[in-house]
Amino acid sequence: MKAFKQLNGLVCPLDRANVDTDAIIPKQFLKSIQRSGFGPYLFDELRYTNYGEPGMDCSTRPLNPDFVLNQPRYKGAQILLARDNFGCGSSREHAPWAIEDYGLQVIIAPSFADIFFGNCYKNGILPLVASVEIVDRLFRECAATEGYRLNVELETQTVTTPSGFSFEFDITPHRKHCLLHGLDEIGLTLQHADAIKNFEIKHLAAQPWLVFDTETTTT
Amino acid sequence: MAGKTLYDKLWESHLVHEEADGTCLIYIDRHLIHEVTSPQAFEGMRLAGRTPWRSASIVANPDHNTPTRDWDKGIEEPIARLQVETLDANIKEFGALVYFPFKHQNQGIIHVIGPEQGTTLPGMTVVCGDSHTSTHGAFGALAHGIGTSEVEHVLASQTLIAKKSKRMQVRVEGQLSQGVTAKDVALAVIGKIGTAGGTGYAIEFAGAVIRSLSMEGRMTVCNLAIEAGARAGLIAADATTTDYLKGRSFAPKGANWDLAVAYWNTLHSDLDAVFDTVVEIDGSGIAPQVTWGTSPEQVLPVTARVPNPANEVDSVKRASLERALLYMGLSPDMPIEQIKIDKVFIGSCTNSRIEDLRAAAKVIRGRQKASNVNQVLVVPGSGMVKRQAEQEGLDQIFIAAGFEWREPGCSMCLAMNADRLPAGERCASTSNRNFEGRQGPGGRTHLVSPEMAAAAAIAGHFVDIRTQL
Repeated sequence: MKAFKQLNGLVCPLDRANVDTDAIIPKQFLKSIQRSGFGPYLFDELRYTNYGEPGMDCSTRPLNPDFVLNQPRYKGAQILLARDNFGCGSSREHAPWAIEDYGLQVIIAPSFADIFFGNCYKNGILPLVASVEIVDRLFRECAATEGYRLNVELETQTVTTPSGFSFEFDITPHRKHCLLHGLDEIGLTLQHADAIKNFEIKHLAAQPWLVFDTETTTT
Repeated sequence: MAGKTLYDKLWESHLVHEEADGTCLIYIDRHLIHEVTSPQAFEGMRLAGRTPWRSASIVANPDHNTPTRDWDKGIEEPIARLQVETLDANIKEFGALVYFPFKHQNQGIIHVIGPEQGTTLPGMTVVCGDSHTSTHGAFGALAHGIGTSEVEHVLASQTLIAKKSKRMQVRVEGQLSQGVTAKDVALAVIGKIGTAGGTGYAIEFAGAVIRSLSMEGRMTVCNLAIEAGARAGLIAADATTTDYLKGRSFAPKGANWDLAVAYWNTLHSDLDAVFDTVVEIDGSGIAPQVTWGTSPEQVLPVTARVPNPANEVDSVKRASLERALLYMGLSPDMPIEQIKIDKVFIGSCTNSRIEDLRAAAKVIRGRQKASNVNQVLVVPGSGMVKRQAEQEGLDQIFIAAGFEWREPGCSMCLAMNADRLPAGERCASTSNRNFEGRQGPGGRTHLVSPEMAAAAAIAGHFVDIRTQL
């Protein structure tokens, strides 16, 4: 996983609540067995006016000029400003894969859906919770200022606007550590392999019905 | 000291390690796997040279991409076929306790086959790269959806990195009216607390109405916990649970059964347990529910009218109402019973079990679908459900009514296979999500119970099922 330390990035506002992962990456693209290449299909049904299929060359597809990501002033955005309950619905990690592949590294919203929120951290994306008042303010400033950028510092957990206003955000020490260093969580967990093994032995001894006579067989 | 909630008991009995910041490692008993969210996880295992920690925890089968008819033709779309064949190859390489490949007689929706095989048991932790894993909480198990990186994490370590959720209890007391189902209870809960109302919580459903539900009904309720924002839904194990499990292929046998039941009987919230939030709903007041918009929280009793955005003061909410009405092609204040439909879908991990099919068949027996309804799909949740339904003659009732009786799978719940809702068409669906484009780009979905879907198929528009009984 890529590390995330600091970003001074262009902000793109997506002014809708309850943006679901079906909207972030529609189902037809979930047939891929790869982890990369989803960026061109991010928000596919909102972004293009024709029906997208996996493998399609998106450079020639008709764009929906009303969709915010297609507006020239937001080209190259690295921070997405969003509303409540962003990422609700399906657990598909293809959603953060598409977001990351597109080039977005930070999402700021008043709230996120739980599974999506966790999936972001596994992919070097920082989902950042800010109060409704702050998010409202950022939406207003972003609309009023072309080229609106925010500076996000993970070490100090602060976001600073062009006018110098700044606010702090929460993140668990574990997630912060993994993001700052781009760490492989599985490797970290397997440092506890002995503890897991010991737990498993006791657990399965206490609940012997969890061990199946047919273990290792495939039906 | 206050007693423990069911969630506390399940959490504590699987806690392997806890960091100072509350980040925990929890042990996973059951890992359900389907073809869509697993290929990248298996590939990650291969690239890192890792082997699965306990392949006997795995129950797997393809469901999202599999066709629901013409099985002799196989899977026609090459990339869908490749995804299913990739699951075959991965299970062959990494192993599993249970694997039902495409066309196996027991294959079906992963959340239907897990319970019916007895591989989901009370007291377990159950995960799957699928948000509707919350379904299995109906057994008094801690069950929730995970992402693909977490699928790999569980494969490699049999654990998940997690923080403890807050605890919510949703109490549904009273008695349901005839024709009002588990689906209506769940939709009414979502309508009350909203699609983000359960975010950060594990929801335990309790109360007289929940206790009176069958396992099928309880699975429907827990399945929809995620649509209220809660990763996990829970219902305490009781005699209904053990009666359902007894004799199933992978349920405990002999002395182990007695040991297991004794343990399962402890899996309930203590009387003095404290919840972070309690929501109370009078079950007697719940009417059959219909979603009118593009989020499951946009739901109303069938007797209501479509909302008028002019009455909403909050500007973000008003914009969302207007957008939903435009997408759904509905006018403000229109009575829901006047909404005409084009298609009906009876299926999905929410409502494709035998009880759902029996309920739908009972409503339509001897009647015909309306002429304005161009297609009614009935998609059983598994091969076992399909065989049971055919033994009971339900398939013949559906076929005689002009419905299509299909092979099991996820089908038009999310339209990854060929079963799709065309743009502009309106569907009464027993599935779980009415998001824009969910059942097909431009398709308009109304979520309802199997009884309400069946009645709408006959009338050609929504009807109050209570007037039909």
